[in-house]
Amino acid sequence: MAFLNGLKCRECGREYPAEPLNVCDFCFGPLEVVYDYATISEVVSQDSIAAGPLSIWRYKDLLPAEGDDPVDIMAGYTPLIKARGLGKTLGLNNLYIKNDSVNPSFSFKDRVVSVAATKALEFGYETIACASTGNLACSVAAHCARAGVRAVVFIPSNLEKGKIIGAAIYNPVLVSVDGTYDQVNRLCSELADDYPWAFVNINMRPYYAEGSKTLGYEVAEQLDWRLPDHVVVPSASGAMFTKIWKGFNEMACLGLLDGVASSSFGVDQNTVHHPAVTTKMHMQQAEGCSPIAAAWNNNQAQVIPVRPDSIAKSLAIGNPADGIYAIKVIERSGGSAYAVPESDIVDGIKLLAETEGIFTETAGGVTVSGLKHLAESGAIKPDELTVVYITGNGLKTQEAVEQVVNPLSIKPSISSFEAIFEGAK
Amino acid sequence: MGKQRVKFTFEEELVKQPVIYELGRKFEVVTNIRRADVGEEVGWVVLELDGEETEIKRGLEWVSSTGVRVDPLGGDVIDG
Repeated sequence: MAFLNGLKCRECGREYPAEPLNVCDFCFGPLEVVYDYATISEVVSQDSIAAGPLSIWRYKDLLPAEGDDPVDIMAGYTPLIKARGLGKTLGLNNLYIKNDSVNPSFSFKDRVVSVAATKALEFGYETIACASTGNLACSVAAHCARAGVRAVVFIPSNLEKGKIIGAAIYNPVLVSVDGTYDQVNRLCSELADDYPWAFVNINMRPYYAEGSKTLGYEVAEQLDWRLPDHVVVPSASGAMFTKIWKGFNEMACLGLLDGVASSSFGVDQNTVHHPAVTTKMHMQQAEGCSPIAAAWNNNQAQVIPVRPDSIAKSLAIGNPADGIYAIKVIERSGGSAYAVPESDIVDGIKLLAETEGIFTETAGGVTVSGLKHLAESGAIKPDELTVVYITGNGLKTQEAVEQVVNPLSIKPSISSFEAIFEGAK
Repeated sequence: MGKQRVKFTFEEELVKQPVIYELGRKFEVVTNIRRADVGEEVGWVVLELDGEETEIKRGLEWVSSTGVRVDPLGGDVIDG
């Protein structure tokens, strides 16, 4: 069962029942899930987690949906790999890659959508919807296929063909909107008021966002129940970044980390900081859409929206809903935020591929280039335990790296091969 | 009649402009501010608009034309 007390406004603190709501009726602030941690602490343990399925649902006691019959395409429990090649290149001896690009629909979105879809069915919805530029559309369509319910996916008409096919293969109702991303955004916000559908990142958002906590849980578990010194994370809305931090602190407060005593969650579950959580949170954004990094680095009290202009389209949210909360996490953790130059993104993709054999999308290029910056600047010391999150697969953004295709062209003869191969040496 | 929840973001040169006042004067739209944070260099206001849908749409087009950024409330819909 789900150990929920309900929802609570992050701004004014008003409480609501656990229903498909995402905004406080009074102040229009975002709603967050409130857990019954006292009961959770009685049932969850390292052993109970280890006995669970090899998916995010091994952490079902810490998620806001029933875990007994989830909409599960086996999202999560992705590899944590010791990055010897990349580490050697960057001078980092204790570097790990959390490779979330190998989720079933090839991005971390499977974690959040699995939770949102499960919750949507609990609420009785028969249609699950979203607007997306790629990864989310694929994941929603895949989970709906698994659950046997209708998916309605809204995409801008100028989306890359590979992404359209990646969603269309699951046979959703695919709506191609003749407009900009902003216009699709507005349309879906209006539709969410009029249609009895579960929009995963609108009326399901409080539940959906919690799925990202599993990125924190898994890293801790895979490191034998301890936390890294640093994590390097790509960011768009800031939601995943804040939820990884929340996941670390939940594990500490519940006594799930080795050598760490459990403690109270205090008055605000969403801002709790256990003193044993000393991980520094480093956010990476693409320079062409970096409102959170700009706010942090310019010491602004607000996140000023921008018009995205980046090749990292999955990070291109100009008005990040969780931006201000992400800044608070950076501050509390002693972390940083960096705007990766657009010209470095493809270099980051290639560096990861050539040193680790992992092909990531443009968001991963941002993350790896950001990691390189942290290593070169000395922000991460050579022996510090560092985890870099790779959240999407390179097959989705092949256009960005088309220039790597430069084969040796020969005639079908040994002499032709040797002539050109010797030259290539 | 309809209602719409929106967020206006004002850059420095617009912070001192009475945009919300003029929205209510120029169009048949009732503005109801719920949350705001306005500084010297930038500000945002979250508000609910009440009126005929066509009038709200016309009003928001006018607000956008002044240079104020208009976003629907309810999270980042375009996400990945």
